[in-house]
Amino acid sequence: MSNVKNILLVGVGGQGTILASKVLSEGLMEAGFDVKMSEIHGMSQRGGNVSTQVRFGDKVFSPIIGKGEADLIVAFEKMEALRWIEYLKPEGRMVINDAEIPSAPIQMGLAAYPEGIIEELSEKAVTYVFKATGLAETLGNPKSMNMVLLGALIKAINLPDIDWEEVIRRNVKPSFVDINLEAFRTGKAQVSGS
Amino acid sequence: MNQKTTDKQIMTGNEAIARGAYEAGLVFASAYPGTPSTEILENLAKYKSELYCEWAPNEKVALEAAIGASIAGVRSLAAMKHVGVNVAADPLFTFAYTGVTGGCVLVSADDPGMHSSQNEQDNRNYATAARVLMLEPSDSSEAKEFTKLAFQLSEEFDTPVMLRVTTRVCHSKSLVELSGREEREPIAYERNIAKYVATPANGKKLRRNLVDRLKAMEEYSNRAEINKAEYNGSEVGVISAGVAYQYAKEVFGEDASYLKLGMTYPMPMELVKEFAGKVKTLYVIEEMDPYMENHLKAAGIACIGKELIPEYDELNPDIVRSAIFGTEREVFKSDAQAVVRPPTLCAGCPHRGFFYALKNKKNVMVTGDIGCYTLGSAPPLSTIDTCFCMGGSISAGHGAAVAFRQTGRDMKTVAVIGDSTFFHSGITSLMDVVYNKGNCVTVILDNRTTGMTGHQENPGTGQTLMGEPAVEADIPLLCKAIGIKDENIYLINPLDLRETHKALNQALAKDEPTVIIAAWPCAIKKFSEGDKARFDLSPKKCIIDQEKCVKCKACVRTGCPAILSGERILIQQESCTGCSVCKQACPFEAISFVDGSVGR
Repeated sequence: MSNVKNILLVGVGGQGTILASKVLSEGLMEAGFDVKMSEIHGMSQRGGNVSTQVRFGDKVFSPIIGKGEADLIVAFEKMEALRWIEYLKPEGRMVINDAEIPSAPIQMGLAAYPEGIIEELSEKAVTYVFKATGLAETLGNPKSMNMVLLGALIKAINLPDIDWEEVIRRNVKPSFVDINLEAFRTGKAQVSGS
Repeated sequence: MNQKTTDKQIMTGNEAIARGAYEAGLVFASAYPGTPSTEILENLAKYKSELYCEWAPNEKVALEAAIGASIAGVRSLAAMKHVGVNVAADPLFTFAYTGVTGGCVLVSADDPGMHSSQNEQDNRNYATAARVLMLEPSDSSEAKEFTKLAFQLSEEFDTPVMLRVTTRVCHSKSLVELSGREEREPIAYERNIAKYVATPANGKKLRRNLVDRLKAMEEYSNRAEINKAEYNGSEVGVISAGVAYQYAKEVFGEDASYLKLGMTYPMPMELVKEFAGKVKTLYVIEEMDPYMENHLKAAGIACIGKELIPEYDELNPDIVRSAIFGTEREVFKSDAQAVVRPPTLCAGCPHRGFFYALKNKKNVMVTGDIGCYTLGSAPPLSTIDTCFCMGGSISAGHGAAVAFRQTGRDMKTVAVIGDSTFFHSGITSLMDVVYNKGNCVTVILDNRTTGMTGHQENPGTGQTLMGEPAVEADIPLLCKAIGIKDENIYLINPLDLRETHKALNQALAKDEPTVIIAAWPCAIKKFSEGDKARFDLSPKKCIIDQEKCVKCKACVRTGCPAILSGERILIQQESCTGCSVCKQACPFEAISFVDGSVGR
């Protein structure tokens, strides 16, 4: 019934998913879309998995979606891509940071980190996979990984008419503006065409 | 970091409630932090040049303070999570009798799905039980407008108003239009004993008045603009409120008529009857309890509700859709399975040292409380036996200790509580232990902040919500005043395992009340000047000498997320804080400080 698009940002507490979603929502709002965003705080901050949902279009009702409804999933960690795959639409796409953060049972040697995640997900859905953490490290600030992924996200949803760099400037400390913009552009370059 | 100032902003529900209260001319607000309500007061503090707000030690105190401010003639607010209303229920029920002077709003933030709570009680039932007017916004724009309306209705109907929100309203962002602040003169104070002194004689009159007030409120509910019908044909009708309304709109779109309720106590039963008469099939779509459904059924109105819609966990459009239509969406399935990612105590968390030491004590029942340290119940520490409510650890530990003693069993109890939780309601429990000659070992894990909710100030931190210096409550002195003997108070550093073992062994050997105060700042808080002066917080890192490591995994069993156990056992340098609990746990002296410094 509607032209509403659903984006899911998933990762691990502390990876900067919330700032990325904030920039995304502000940019979309300024472009004139109705926007709703929902995030989960609380216990998930302590090393648990985190998820943020952003929905935009002419008129958005629910702030959250259910399984099989995401147009785009941006996974800040690859096991989280696997955890949320059920939320992807059959024709949906995924941006995946090819990085591993073991969870507590894996760290303790009680479970193994699943193998072949990228291969399996790439077989099933359209995926854009790259080492966002590595790219951010090369740029000199591993924390700017969230902006690398935001760049890829923007390219993947094809919304070039918004001045994203201005929104980023407003949302980060002045001393971190340059590195974050560089990270954002690096991320955009990882997704070809659209 | 400059916020662009426009009239339209994207805000969370909590920011919008704070904005609404500000615009309504609020003068006084008080709260105890609790997910998903915490950010309401944090956002109110941004307007501190024009209003006053504070963290109270608990929710009962917060509501009572708001009641006092209301009687003193200003608009006031108390905010809390759903279980906080249990704590504040005592003043709430009588305040419903007396009514208000300045408008008074109680925000109850419920947590369907228990994202960060011990239960998912539906606090709409409190509105019915206490007979207070209730509003339920469904997004941020309504959160702001309903907050303003709540103050107005509170004064108009002489009642406290409950603004009932849920996690997805509190923590979702949507567009909000801002207006200016309404400046209000305080209402002149006049003593009114018949209204505000709830003795039985006054109470009886007030109780009868409440009946008339309820009639007036119900009459308003039937004509309230926020209770509105949207007609799209007569086949299907949906009655909904709060965020569930948004889910219903996603599912039915223009194929159903809606009665969207913004005021759900008293229910607008005339409006409901009229709507029900115009549609063939009537659904009630609501999260958690069949609250509205029960009102309909009691009035003999046929409807479909919880027979289809799940009665627990949070809803989403997909759940509502499959519940009503029985449809299943096609979803991706994967062969590989993601391993669970439970929350853990952080690297360097001072609680870890304490739990690691406690883990091996025999014949001990450990009663826990609400806070980060509840994670001490998770593997590999698995060292907490119970957790119910704020402040409950010490009293439960006392009851269990007496039960063991009375029935001749060789068991001791250790009650584990945080600093903020001790101030919340642990102090009265500790009095119980002392007064009634118990022998429970009380451990106050004083991490110098309110950790789990994101580092709020509390009576022990030396600062207020509005950023002013404050008197620090002296925990040892407080324990002494209650009657704990000097020699039964142990001040320890929980990251020092030897010291922690020694204190635990001595306390467990005594047959009288003991208190161990394990003080060390939360590893991820912003250290205050006081913290830096009192504790050695110089940055350190630990490393494993692979030559000496025999892979016994003693360090892994501390549960530190900086330690990675694979073919080799490694400490991830970027997350290690050098707390040295693993170093002390290693029987082979294979772990040392990177800078070569000696010490614990």
